[in-house]
Amino acid sequence: MGWTGKILRVNLAKGTCTPEDLNMDWAGQYLGQRGLATKYLVEETDPKVDPLSPDNKLIFATGPLTGTCASTGGRYSVITKGPLTGAIACSNSGGYWGAELKFAGWDMIILEGKSKKPVYLCVIDGKAELCDASEIWGKSVWDMDPWIKSRHQDPMMHVAGIGIAGENGVLYSCIINDLHRAAGRSGVGAVMGSKNLKAIAVRGTGGVKVDDFPAFLAATSAAKEVLAANAVTGEGLPTFGTQVLMNVINEAGALPTRNTRDVEFEGAHDISAEAMAAPSGKDGKPNLLANQACFGCTIACGRISKVNEEHYTVQNKPEYWHASGGLEYEAAWALGAATGVSDLDALTYANFICNEQGIDPISFGATLGAAMEMYQDGALTEKDTDGLELKFGSAESLTSAVELTGRAEGFGKELGMGSKKLCDKYGRPELSMTVKGQEFPAYDPRAIQGMGLTYATSNRGACHLRSYTVSSEILGIPEKTDPLVTDGKAGLVKAFQDATAAVDSAGLCIFTTFAWTLEDIAPQIDGALAGKWSVDRLLEIGERVWNLERQYNLQAGFTAKDDTLPKRLLKDAAKTGPAKGLTAGLDKMLPEYYEARGWTKEGVPTNETLARLAL
Amino acid sequence: MKITLKLYATLGAFLPPGAQRNAIDLDVSDGATIGDVLARQNVPRETCHLILVNGIFSPPANADARELVDGDTLAVWPPVAGG
Repeated sequence: MGWTGKILRVNLAKGTCTPEDLNMDWAGQYLGQRGLATKYLVEETDPKVDPLSPDNKLIFATGPLTGTCASTGGRYSVITKGPLTGAIACSNSGGYWGAELKFAGWDMIILEGKSKKPVYLCVIDGKAELCDASEIWGKSVWDMDPWIKSRHQDPMMHVAGIGIAGENGVLYSCIINDLHRAAGRSGVGAVMGSKNLKAIAVRGTGGVKVDDFPAFLAATSAAKEVLAANAVTGEGLPTFGTQVLMNVINEAGALPTRNTRDVEFEGAHDISAEAMAAPSGKDGKPNLLANQACFGCTIACGRISKVNEEHYTVQNKPEYWHASGGLEYEAAWALGAATGVSDLDALTYANFICNEQGIDPISFGATLGAAMEMYQDGALTEKDTDGLELKFGSAESLTSAVELTGRAEGFGKELGMGSKKLCDKYGRPELSMTVKGQEFPAYDPRAIQGMGLTYATSNRGACHLRSYTVSSEILGIPEKTDPLVTDGKAGLVKAFQDATAAVDSAGLCIFTTFAWTLEDIAPQIDGALAGKWSVDRLLEIGERVWNLERQYNLQAGFTAKDDTLPKRLLKDAAKTGPAKGLTAGLDKMLPEYYEARGWTKEGVPTNETLARLAL
Repeated sequence: MKITLKLYATLGAFLPPGAQRNAIDLDVSDGATIGDVLARQNVPRETCHLILVNGIFSPPANADARELVDGDTLAVWPPVAGG
C-alpha cells in the first residue's frame, strides 16, 4: 500500500514497454523515489558508463506519498548518471506529473537503450506505447506539450519532456513538466535527448491506496495544521515565495555576485520579491500576478509572472505576453546577481526561455557569469562569442545568450557545456564556480560556512538542496547557528543531508521541512505503508541513501580530491559585509565531516559503516 | 545619531514616506534600541521574525536590549524562507 507495486520498463532500442513488479525488499530499505531509484540504477548500470550513451538508464520515480492527500505529495525525481558532472544525478520536480503517473498505476518508469528515431512515451492507465515524435522533435516544450494533448484529444494529460536544449545535448538541460516545473539540475534532459525520447505523457484515472486509511488521514491532517500554523509555510512562502531571500542573503553579505567576485549586489532590490510585487509598466500591474501550488500542496510558493509588454524582449513577441512560471530565488540569483544584471523583466523573460527550452537557470546563469568574467579579462573576445558583448550587467547579452543556449546555436553551444568545460577550453579553469562540474547556487560559502561543506560534499555536484543549512545559519530554522564559523557544521551538514535524503525518497517537498520535522513525516509514511515507519528508520534510510550515492560516485572515479571548492572561495577573502576577510573554512570542516560519516580520511565509507547500513 | 532602517516584505508598509527600495535613513536618539526603532514605526513586534544589524543576526527576543550605534543598518523581515 502506498505503492502500486508496478514498474514500467521501456526498452527504447527494441520499442518495448514491459510491466514488472516493484522490488518490495528494496522499497523497505530505500523507501522510494530518490533512494529506491538510486538502488535500481546502482544494480543495473556500470558507474563508469558514458552518461549520454545508450547504456545509461533514465529513471522517473515517485515516492510512496506521491499522489496521496499528504501535503506536497506530488513529487517525482529523475535519477540517472549526470552528463554535466559524471556523478549520480537526481533531480526532483513538483507540478502534477508525478501524481498522474501514480494514478495511471505505476510507481516508476525505467528507460533503457536508445530509440532509432524520435519518440515519446504515452502512458494511459495500464497501457503504454512509444509514439512517433518526428513532428515535435526540434520544438520547444511549450509547443510540444499542447501538441501531445491535442493529438490524444486529452487536455487532462500531464507531460514531462525536453526542449531543443535537451535534444542538442546542452549539458545542463532539464526535464520540464506542466510547462514550468522542472527536474532541473545535472543535465537529466540531455540524457533524455540522447535516447531520442522527447516526452512522457501520462493520464491516470486510478487512485493511491494506503495501508491504514484512518491513521493516514489523521497524520496528514495534523501535518497540514502544522504547515498552516507555521509562520513560514503558512504565510511567508505563499505570500513572497522563495524570492524574498534576495534581500535577506544580500544583506547578510552572502550573495555571490558577478561570478562570485563580490558578495553583495547593488541591484539586488531591483530583482527581489519586493520588486516583483511593485507596480510596473504602463498598466501599473506588478510582475507577480499570483502564487500557485503543485499537486496536493498546502503551501503554494510558486510564482506566476508576466513580462512587461513594452519591454524590449517581448514588445514584438506577443507569444510571450501570457502569464507563466515566474522567478524563484535561485533562478533570479543566477540570471541576475551572477551576471550583474538587474533588469527584472529581462530576468523574467530569460526564465521563460529556460522553461520553454528546458535549461537549468542556475547552471546557465552561473556559466554566463564565468563567460562574462573571461570576456572582461580578454580570455574571450567577440570573435569567440559570435559578436556577443558579454559585459557584466548587460541585460541584452543575458537575453541573447539564453535564446542561443536554448536553441543550442552559435556561442550558445559553448555556453551549453557548462562553466567547467567552458573555462577549461579558454584556459581559465579557476573562474569556474563549480564542484564536481556543477555550478553552485545562490549562497556564498565564505559568508555561510555550512554551505561550503554542503557544496563540496554534495553527491550530485554543487547544490543547495542536499543540505540547506541556510535554514539554520541565516533563518534560524530549526535553531540558529552562526553562519561565519565552521564549528559544528560537519554534524549540521550530515544531519541535513540524511534527513533530506529521506524526504526526497518519500514523495514530499523539502519546503515542508521549514515547519515539519521527521516527527511529522514519519506518521504519514507509517499510515501509508505496511510495516513500522519511525523517525529512526527514516534517518537510517537517509544515511543509507547518502552512502549508496557516495559509493556510486567513488566507483565512477571520484575521490576525496573532488570534495573541494573553487580556489576563489578558499583563497580570496570576501571583500565586504559580515564575512569581510573570511574564506571558506573547508579544511577545518571536511575531516570532521568524514569522521562524522564513518568514512576514512580518504572519504571512503569504512567496512563498519557499510555493514551498519546494510550496504 | 543616524541609522538606516530597512523593512522588507509586508513590513515595508511601516516605512515612513520618503523611503526608497525598502530603506530610509533615520535620526534616532543615542542609545536607541532595536525595539525603540520598531516601536517608533509602529511595527508589530510579533511580525519581526528575522532581524539583521549590519548583516548579522540579532535575536528578535533581545530587540529591547540591543542598542544601536551611529551608522548601523537595521533590516527586519516577517517570517520568510526560500531555497
